[in-house]
This record gives sequence, structure tokens and C-alpha cells, in this order.
Amino acid sequence: MTATPDDGAPNAAATDLAQSPFLSRFRPRGPVWLATPALLVLLVVLAYPLGIVVWRSFSDPAIGIDNYVWFFQSAVNRAVLQRTFVVAAWVTLACLICAYPYAYAMTIVGRNMRLALILCVLVPFWLSGVVRTLAWVILLQDSGVINSILRGIGLPPVKLIRTLPGVVIGMTQVLLPFMILPIYSVMKGIDTRLLPAARSLGAKPWKAFLQIYVPLSLPGVYAGAIIVFILSLGFYITPALLGGPRSILLSSLVQNQVLSLLNWGRGGAMGVVLLVATFLLLAIAAPLMRQKHTASRREV
Amino acid sequence: MPSFFRILLGLFCLLVAILLLAPTLVVIPMSFNGNKSLAFPPVGFSWQWYANFFSSPDWTTSFSNSLIVALIVAVVATVIGTLAAFGVSRAAARTGGLLRALLITPMVVPGVVLAIGIYAVYLDTHLVGTVTGFVLAHTMLAVPFVLIAVQASLEVFDRRLETAASSLGAGRLTVFRTVTLPLILPGVLSGALFAFITSFDEIIVALFITSPYLKTLPVQIYSSITRDADPTVAAVGTLLFLATSLIIIAGLLLGMRRERT
Amino acid sequence: MHASQRSTGAAIEIRKASKRYGAFTALNDIDLDIRPGEFMTLLGPSGSGKTTTLNLIAGFTDITSGTLQIGGKSVTGLPSHKRNIGVVFQHYALFPHMTVGKNVAYPLALRGIKGDERAKRVRRALDMVKMADFAHRYPSELSGGQQQRVALARALVFDPPLLLMDEPLGALDKKLREWLQLEIKRIHRELGTTFVYVTHDQEEALVLSDRIAVFNGGRIEQIGTGRELYDTPATLFVGRFIGESTVLRGSAEVSGDETAMVIGGQKVFARGRLADGARPVILLRPERVALKRAGADVDADENRLTGTIAEAIYLGSGSKYEVRLSDGTIAVVRSPLGATDFVIGDTVDVTFLRSDLILLPDDASADVTLT
Repeated sequence: MTATPDDGAPNAAATDLAQSPFLSRFRPRGPVWLATPALLVLLVVLAYPLGIVVWRSFSDPAIGIDNYVWFFQSAVNRAVLQRTFVVAAWVTLACLICAYPYAYAMTIVGRNMRLALILCVLVPFWLSGVVRTLAWVILLQDSGVINSILRGIGLPPVKLIRTLPGVVIGMTQVLLPFMILPIYSVMKGIDTRLLPAARSLGAKPWKAFLQIYVPLSLPGVYAGAIIVFILSLGFYITPALLGGPRSILLSSLVQNQVLSLLNWGRGGAMGVVLLVATFLLLAIAAPLMRQKHTASRREV
Repeated sequence: MPSFFRILLGLFCLLVAILLLAPTLVVIPMSFNGNKSLAFPPVGFSWQWYANFFSSPDWTTSFSNSLIVALIVAVVATVIGTLAAFGVSRAAARTGGLLRALLITPMVVPGVVLAIGIYAVYLDTHLVGTVTGFVLAHTMLAVPFVLIAVQASLEVFDRRLETAASSLGAGRLTVFRTVTLPLILPGVLSGALFAFITSFDEIIVALFITSPYLKTLPVQIYSSITRDADPTVAAVGTLLFLATSLIIIAGLLLGMRRERT
Repeated sequence: MHASQRSTGAAIEIRKASKRYGAFTALNDIDLDIRPGEFMTLLGPSGSGKTTTLNLIAGFTDITSGTLQIGGKSVTGLPSHKRNIGVVFQHYALFPHMTVGKNVAYPLALRGIKGDERAKRVRRALDMVKMADFAHRYPSELSGGQQQRVALARALVFDPPLLLMDEPLGALDKKLREWLQLEIKRIHRELGTTFVYVTHDQEEALVLSDRIAVFNGGRIEQIGTGRELYDTPATLFVGRFIGESTVLRGSAEVSGDETAMVIGGQKVFARGRLADGARPVILLRPERVALKRAGADVDADENRLTGTIAEAIYLGSGSKYEVRLSDGTIAVVRSPLGATDFVIGDTVDVTFLRSDLILLPDDASADVTLT
């Protein structure tokens, strides 16, 4: 770009072109309009379809809340709803138990070991989601890996495929990284000198850990738990492939209603139930995730 | 920490790591299975499933479909998402926060609910089984990833560099091209990678909007799994795994070379 | 730089300029004339409007009302990238993804200067700041002082008629700061470019500037040379901001052309008087005050205030004392080498000539803690 040194002639058109960044104290009304294409896409492919789902749940086949009445009246449906939440809770708990020590270990090991641990967390993402579920089929089936191992050491085989525990195990493995990463990122920011400081004041090591470290790590725990729980609610592929007729979850019911029975009213109603549950959870959990007291770690 | 606890923690982490890696460790050997079964351990050794993948039109078409869609989505989502990231990170605090929350919603809404809604819309607009339909839906799903990645880069970007460039005589577009973009490129590229993977791997919406004329790879995999025990799926999985690993390693190496110490 | 390529500095004329951010007024009706080739420092505490003025000249923000002319032409509405002004920032703002050489070449590339000419000018700019050997390094490999020198070279390489500097030495340690101040002064002398420098450090302003504009609360209180500001401050704020001072307050009586003030039971006399209605304070410079043993003789023209030594500091080049007067005021006194030594607790007379004190109107805004 050739720009000859201007001797200062005012340029009216140039005034329209927004200026470069101002004083850091006073941020300008930024170029918010740049987000318009993204918002448009969301409007067309997210808001409108969701709107249709909600609308049809109240209007197909007739206007009213019939679909919801049908859903909550059926004992089978209620059982499925309950099962969905229970499974999500189990998965969240399992993830939490596995993730917390793992994330903690990531903060205290050396650089190379940490890299290896992070790699283990990220590698699962390189395997296609569907293929991962297939892997669990292989692992859990009667002639699968786990039972082979059990048989090998003389224990009786366990039926894991097409059972709820099998579904929980599969979902836990898929969702575990989503629990590890938030917890780790919060733990990373906890000042490493707090625990020795507490000990120097007379606190026993396990007490210092419980009273000082754990509370500071909670925002990450809440974030991870919410993410995992919400993802579990909407989970579809893994329960479909690993579960049997007695472990159907809500997402499978929705798919069944719409794809097989072409019943958008009922399918939509169940979808709306899922949506409402999700947003309620988000509303409750969002304030918990805010780190009110930041514990800063001084980088050495 | 006393060594007893350390050993316990180490063992525990090992178990968790095995849990995380188990699928990968299982799929790769299964892809070489001599028999057409998914029983473990696999018997014999054979390349036939890889051959089957490359020779079967079902598999190759679905693979190229996924590739085409994912490439288009990567470009479109990256452009849209990068623009949005600028809009969000340079807005006033409240507006920016609200905007970002809005743009992240695709990640939060349960996949199956999105799927039935999109399916309904696409049925009316004849977009079922079309590339446009797939690209639209996948772009919506991918934009949040791009937004997060690019915004992270923008947050650490020192805006005074833009002021300096402007003072030296660079107009707005030149500043973006010569100063801003080179420095946020890692974020943009990783956003593009996430967008690609999100689209390539996407199954939930795909299962609804697929048609016999346009199947993506995940759909093909899914129907193969539900239909019969075909180790070709394992071969496909292994190939994808290798490809992803190569791309990521290449990206890391490039990143390390750019890193000037 | 060749004399033929050297730019004569631009003049800046600011008239009745104000800058408002919503309800907050950062600049309130200021007038400022900067002469071509001058080294002008904008001095003041944080939030006084000096950086705002710099940003207005640079074009990083728009003037709310008033006029701004650079080189005789109005620049209102002209975006910063068209103003051809060099700017040096406090945190260097070097492009981390470019080498030192590429950073300095950047403005030349924008102006279409290529090849040998570009390389020549880059080398000359780096020579001027003594960083020629670092052309292939990246900013992350340089120390703060080195980065600042590169930033200076980059801002000057395209021969701008005007160079703006926003507290460029604030992030550096004392010795480095002092060395760079002299380097900047030397470069200014060599180039003849107009330099406008922003700082809150009054010592730095005195070292560098031809003239200083003192800012306070969005207004300019006084513009003048360092000597003028020190010897004849126009307001109490300027008097207290520049250098050290003692401020005396008491009940004043005006008779004819003289003002008398009673401080802690003793009377001091000053030549001249303030306009009607203004309550006077007396400003004393530490070097214009002498300490004598309490009760010693004083000349007819000398004022005397009795007090006790509260603090005695040996400086090598002399001594500095803090004397607590009878009304509680602390007087700051600098005694040259060879004057009588006093210790804490001594009762002394603080003496000063009528012609050596400065009479100023009292001003509440001057009572802020000055950094």
C-alpha cells in the first residue's frame, strides 16, 4: 500500500471509517455487527427449528397440551425420564470420581508427565464418536475384552452389553475429558503456596487439603459437572448402541417418535422437556461457576 | 505428599488413562481381524477390511461426502466465527457477554432436539439429503468452537499493537492483514480444525437429514454397526485416527517452528 | 539522517480544545502552541489530561470541541494513519512476529519505499539509537531499554515532522531511564523534529524539555521553561508539582503594595499583593532558605520563622532538613556544603529574603497528594 505522507488535509470520508483503538480506559462501541452472519446462521438453523419443535409440541395434532399430558401420564415414559436423569447423575458422579484425582495429579507432576496425561485426555477425541461407541461394544459384549479378561483370571463373565451399567461406563469414558479439563484449568490457578502456608499454621495435611484446596477447586468441579450432566441428558448414540430395550433413554424415545412414527407432537414435547431441564440446570449452576475469590498463582 | 499416597494416585491415574485409551487400544487391533466378527481377541491377521473400505462404493462415497462437507464447513464456520469473535471481544462488556452466550447455544442444546427441529425445517424446504443442508447444520454446530478458539487468541492479543501500526500509517484493513491476523492465526487455525472435526464426526443431526443419495461417513459407520459385525468399521476408525494424529502432529510441529526462542 | 531528508518540525496549534467522554470531561478548553522543532513536555499527575491531549494530536481519539492544527492545517476528522506522526508508547508496542529490522521497516513498506533505499534508512535509524547489530533479533529477545530504542527508531525512520512519546521510560529502572533521557535529548538536537513528550515525572520534564505545559484536572495551569515554572509558578499547583517547596499559610494583612502574614505568632513580609479577594499563601523554594541558630541576627530584608529540626538528611552534595514550625507546618530546607550542621531537636530560625518568596492564591485543587 503506497501512502504518501499526507500534509494533514482533512478527509470527510475518513471520518466515517472507524478509528483505531482508543485509550484502554474507554472502550469504544465496538464492531458488534461483525457477529451478524453468525447470528443469522443461528437464527435460521437453531432458533427457527427449535421454535418449530416447541410449536408442534403444542399444536400437533391439535392445539393444547395433549402431548405433554400423554407424556407424563404414561408410566413407561415417566420411567424413561427418571432413568435419563439417574443415568446422567451416575455418569456425572463417575466422571467426577475419576477426574478429580487425575486433574490434581496433572498439576503436581513434571512437564513431561503432564504432557503424557494431557495426551491421554485428548487422544479419545481423535477417534470418531461412533467408532468409540463401537469400541465399547467390543469391550463390553459377552465375548468382549472385559469378559475375556475375567474368564482369563477365572471369574464368571458379567453381562454388560445392553445393560444400564454398560451404558454408564461407555458414557463416562466419552464424557470424562469434559470433566477433567475444567477442573484442571481451575486447579492450575490455585496458588501452590497455600497448602504449605496452612500447614505452617498448624493444619494437618488432609485437613488443609479439605478446607483450603477443595473449596478453591469447586468452580471447576461445578463447571465440569454441569457440562457432563447436560451432555448426558442429550446423549443419543452411545445409549442407543450400548443399551437394550430395558435401558432406553429419553433421547432414543424422541428419535423413535419422530423418525419412525413421524409424530412431531409427542417427539417435540419430549424434546421440550429435555430443553427445559437443560436450561433450568444452566440457570441454577451458572452462578456457582463464577470464581468469586481468585487464588492467583505466581508464575516462576 | 507421602510416597504411599503418591503411588496410589499414580495407580489411579494409570487406571483412568487406560479407561480413556481403551477404545483406541481395542479398535486398532480389531481392524486387522482375520474373521468377520467383532469378538475379542481378534483371530488371525488380515488387511481385507482396509481393502474393503477403499474398494466399497458405499464407504468411499460416504467418506468423500463427509470430506467435502467438512472442508466447506471449515472455511465457512471459520470466517463467520472469526468475525463473530471480533464482534464479541470488542463489544462493551455486557453486550459481548450476551452475544457470546447466544452464540454458544448450539453446544448446550441437546443434540437430538436440534436434530428433530432441523429435520422438520429441512423436510419443508427440501434440504434433506443435500450438501447445503449438511453445511448449514454443521456450520451452526461448528461456529461456537471457532468462536471460543479465536476469542481466546484475541483476549491475549495486545491491541496497542494495532494502535502502533495505525500511527505508523497503516489503514484498518492493512492493520488486520499485517499485524492482527498473523498474531491470532494459531487461534483461527485451531478453530478451523475444530470446525472440520465437528462436521466430519457429526452423527446425531446427520442421522436425521441423511438420505440414500447423501450419506456421511458417521452415518455409514452407524448403519454398519447396527446391521452386522463388520470389522471394516474398525479399519475406518483406525484410518481416521491416524489421519487426525498426523494433522495434529503436523500442526504442533509447525507451531513449534513458529515459536521463536 | 541527511539534512536534505531531515524534516523540519511541525508546529501544533490547539485552541479551546475539550474532550468529553459522556459526563466525564477529560480536557476542558485548553490552548496550546507548540513551536516547530521544539521539545515540549506535557506534565501532570494521572488523569490530568496530558495523555488525552497526546491522543488527540495522534488521532487516536476525536476532539469534542475546539480546533487542532498540525503544520498549519486542521486535522479534525483525519484518521491517525494519515497524519504521518511518529508515536512511541510506554510498553513499546513492537510487533512480536517481526524482527527488529522488519519492525523498523514497517512504516517504510507502507509508504512504498523498497529495496536499497529501505535498507539504507532502516540501518540509519537503528544506528541513531545504537541498535544496528540487533536487526535480526525478535523483540522477545531484547531487554526493555533495547525495545524502547527500537520503538524510537521505528517511529522516526519515516522522517515525521512530529514525534509523540507517551511516558516511554516509565517501565524502566532509574539508571537506564536517565541514560535514555540523554539519548532522547541528543536525538532531538540532531533531528530538529518537534518532540511532544508526556510524563508525570517533573524531574524528567526539567531534564528534557525546551518548554513544559503543566496539566491539572483537564486544564493547563502554566506553560513555560523549566526555569520559569520553578522560579515563577503561576498557581499553587504548579509551584508544588515542580520541585520541592514549603507552603506557608496564615492570617494575611495587605497594606499598599505589601502583604504581611502571621504564622504561628511570627510575622513575615512579602513584596507585592494578590488580586482582591484571593487568599494568599507563601511558597518557598528549599535553596532560597537558610538556617540559623535560634535568636541569631537577621537583616532588615530577611524574614524569620522559628522551629525545631524534625529530620536531617546528609546528601553528600549538601544537607536537607525538615523543620517543624510553631504552627505545625514542615519547612523543607536545603543547605549547601559548608553551612552549619544541625541535628534533630535543634531549635533554629528559618530565614528567607522578602524577594525570595513566591506569593500565590490558595487553591484547593493543589492539595492532592502529588506523585
